[in-house]
Amino acid sequence: MLSPIQVLCSDITTLSLEPEPFASYTEADIISTVEFNHTGELLATGDKGGRVVIFQREPESKIEPFSQGEYNVYSTFQSHEPEFDYLKSLEIEEKINKIRWLPQQNAAHFLLSTNDKTIKLWKVSERDKRPEGYNLKDEEGHIKDISTVTSLQVPVLMPMDLMVEVSPRRVFANAHTYHVNSISVNSDYETYMSADDLRINLWHLDITDRSFNIVDIKPTNMEDLTEVITAAEFHPHHCNLFVYSSSKGTLRLCDMREAALCDKHSKLFEEPEDPSARSFFSEIISSVSDVKFSHSGRYLLTRDYLTAKVWDLNMESKPLETYQVHDYLRSKLCSLYENDCIFDKFECAWNGSDSVIMTGAYNNFFRMFDRNTKRDVTLEASRESSKPRAVLKPRRVCAAGGKRRKDDISVDSLDFTKKILHTAWHPTENIIAIAATNNLYIFQDKLNSEMH
Amino acid sequence: MAGADQDDSLYPIAVLIDELRNEDVQLRLNSIKKLSTIALALGVERTRTELLPFLTDTIYDEDEVLLALAEQLGNFTMLVGGPEYVHCLLPPLESLATVEETVVRDKAVESLRKISQEHSPVDLEVHFEPLVKRLASGDWFTSRTSACGLFSVCYPRVSSTVKAEIRQHFRTLCSDDTPMVRRAAASKLGEFAKVLELDYVKSDIISLFTALASDEQDSVRLLAVEACVSIATLLPQEDLESLVMPTLRQAAEDKSWRVRYMVADKFSELQKAVGPEITKNDLVPAFQNLLKDCEAEVRAAAANKVKEFCENLPEDNREQIIMTHILPCVKELVSDTNQHVKSALASVIMGLSTILGKDNTIEHLLPLFLAQLKDECPEVRLNIISNLDCVNEVIGIRQLSQSLLPAIVELAEDAKWRVRLAIIEYMPLLAGQLGVEFFDEKLNTLCMAWLIDHVYAIREAATCNLMKLVEKFGAEWAQNTIVPKVLGMANDPNYLHRMTTLFCINALSEACGQDITTKQMLPVVLKMSNDQVANVRFNVAKSLQKIGPVLDSNALQTEVKPVLEKLATDTDMDVKYFAQEAISVLVLA
Repeated sequence: MLSPIQVLCSDITTLSLEPEPFASYTEADIISTVEFNHTGELLATGDKGGRVVIFQREPESKIEPFSQGEYNVYSTFQSHEPEFDYLKSLEIEEKINKIRWLPQQNAAHFLLSTNDKTIKLWKVSERDKRPEGYNLKDEEGHIKDISTVTSLQVPVLMPMDLMVEVSPRRVFANAHTYHVNSISVNSDYETYMSADDLRINLWHLDITDRSFNIVDIKPTNMEDLTEVITAAEFHPHHCNLFVYSSSKGTLRLCDMREAALCDKHSKLFEEPEDPSARSFFSEIISSVSDVKFSHSGRYLLTRDYLTAKVWDLNMESKPLETYQVHDYLRSKLCSLYENDCIFDKFECAWNGSDSVIMTGAYNNFFRMFDRNTKRDVTLEASRESSKPRAVLKPRRVCAAGGKRRKDDISVDSLDFTKKILHTAWHPTENIIAIAATNNLYIFQDKLNSEMH
Repeated sequence: MAGADQDDSLYPIAVLIDELRNEDVQLRLNSIKKLSTIALALGVERTRTELLPFLTDTIYDEDEVLLALAEQLGNFTMLVGGPEYVHCLLPPLESLATVEETVVRDKAVESLRKISQEHSPVDLEVHFEPLVKRLASGDWFTSRTSACGLFSVCYPRVSSTVKAEIRQHFRTLCSDDTPMVRRAAASKLGEFAKVLELDYVKSDIISLFTALASDEQDSVRLLAVEACVSIATLLPQEDLESLVMPTLRQAAEDKSWRVRYMVADKFSELQKAVGPEITKNDLVPAFQNLLKDCEAEVRAAAANKVKEFCENLPEDNREQIIMTHILPCVKELVSDTNQHVKSALASVIMGLSTILGKDNTIEHLLPLFLAQLKDECPEVRLNIISNLDCVNEVIGIRQLSQSLLPAIVELAEDAKWRVRLAIIEYMPLLAGQLGVEFFDEKLNTLCMAWLIDHVYAIREAATCNLMKLVEKFGAEWAQNTIVPKVLGMANDPNYLHRMTTLFCINALSEACGQDITTKQMLPVVLKMSNDQVANVRFNVAKSLQKIGPVLDSNALQTEVKPVLEKLATDTDMDVKYFAQEAISVLVLA
């Protein structure tokens, strides 16, 4: 599926009809998370301005066969507002760190969104009827003369244009001292966890006034702090298992059946360090920025600064597969440290059948690796190359000193301000969503679309 | 004029109906709560044809409105025309039974269960049972979870063919894809088993129970433990061993601590359900294991059950079982590493003394009590102290008093004010157990010291404590021991302490009676009306208002009135306000 990638739907800014392709955007427009729901019919993005935008896939149309599968804006709402913690004199950003959809339970959809401190549960529902008929006033709100009211009228529900309503259902606040980096819904459908730098809490979706602390790595003396939690996720099928990653490059698998407080992990996944490759940056670049269970629940995908790794749950000693995402940056770590890029947190994603993985890079490039054929590809999410229904051309970065072919890009001309941190893969089909700064690109496998 | 009359009565109803769709939630809620008024005004015919269809589609509303609606509809039978028409209430309740909010769904199910009783057997099969089937085979799990709660109410009243269908539906839900539905089914398993014929309990329920008890989801397995209690109660003793015990044994040793916790938590119920023989052979070792569990939460839950479990052991060899099997585990728990385990044990351990009698208590339990009284965790000590009455009955408190005192003193001076607060609350109990002499000698000073604690909540509790002590020991005791000390504080340089005097007087005047109040307390209060701090002065006004009813009218007129009148002209606004309030309440103007 790797080679021909077709642009299915362009980004949100084209919808807003901006004349200038590189029109300036504000900080608030930067997309900070992307997530498909469980069926893939809906896609949610969150941004630094605290907004959540939900896209819905258009149903297949017989008149315009190509319009099938396009994602259009379904609803937009303000999830978080900037706040101020008066006790600690800290500003709390409204930036949406993560969005997670709940399994669908009735006609409405539910999602969790979180900023650094507060998690909120939202209900997204449709309404197509509204009540009509008052006793004491007419529909415009003019008061009727009471003497004309001689009988009682019960309102009746009349059809109206479809309206999408988003309402806040629960606010899970005041449980995190540090910044929330992950939320994950359990396969029992009734609990979820939220992880910050030092602790992981377990919540019941119906209860907002208490949560249980299941992991706490805060040392008694903060000066002894050597690592932080960077991401955490529940196993897709086993309600008792979850994994969390650390800034030291390790993964810990915990079993909630063993104890109430999972301080002792049941498995520790760690690759022994190669002493010859050790440098000042070793620890920074080995920090895990994202961890994802495969759909099967057998494997774990992690991302660190330069590589993506696949781990087998049954092998703790080393990863099963290691993929170089942009090894050519190894010689440039010094300057990447100076401009803080080395701390960028790239996310990673599995395809529906766990055979391909995807993760982002710089210069609006993103990478895909086929685990079976071991082929890989670099693609670019940009306005020029992504005309609707155009096929994406593979890109190649030429390492410093290497032979340069036509169309190759040299490492030195990569634009480090254009980074693809957030990506998502449709749960069953070959449709991917790529967040590039303030633009969202949705691409679809060409073969896939021709089959329809 | 008849028309005008009609309008008058129509108007409030018209407002209520219009407010059903007001933008303000409170007004909508208010209207829903008066739904019966609306229905009464509309009459049964219009309620059925207009109001109920409207309500059926009103599921977009806020949870609190939906909750109120679900509750109202459970009492609506007469308003739609009596049992004959009760089935008209099914559509709105059906839509409420599918909303995502658990409390609303539960309330809708509760109302459905209620009105199911008002259906005739024919209506039950024609209207109610199809609704249950629709819910049970609904697309979304919210409707299927609601269905689980409805089987047991219709099963006893339908024909045997329908019964077979209902059993089939329940079986299907027990193996539903979503854990939500399996949890709902597991939690209703016991209730459903109760209405089933015994043969079906053995053939159907047991296999469902076994399956749910080995579900992959912890949250389902732990609910099966609850079902175990009801199922075991239904089965004859000879079947328990083969049908229930394998599952129960497995649950008590489950890999997940949450399941074992559930077993520990339900242990007394389980014990009663399986009877004395199985208790002796199976539950005693199981209980020992739970008391030694590796997870503290499980140990704490089991520790909580120690007394109840021992109490319910068969009497013939109760003492022997406790002494050889339970007590060794209890001894270990006294020095457990987890303070919640120790404090759970401390809250019940004293109860063992009544079961074991005087000699065993002195020989075996007393050392444990004493160890817990010296525990580093204040909660453990507090729990022991709060249950002193059990021991007092068996061995008398003197055995303990030597160790008790240092424990109390230490708690009384604990750095955490909540701990101090807790021990204050036990003071009246302790005073009753220890007697007035011991109290005067050892504890009185503590009680007085709390009055000048730097935390207001402690001073307030100390005041209340004095009142309870006076109620216990009488006015004469008060006059000799505490009143002088309290009144002495009126000259304290700290105005907060001076105010404490007033608060104490407020609390004590009634218990002390007219004589002490008039002769000893009143002069002090009146003198304080010249205090330089306004807060003290307005508290004088409040105190006078409070003790006024205890005084005789002469004292009120000649002593209280002039002082209040003077305070009513005070320069401070609050003082004036409270003085005037006192004057009007005491009717002195």
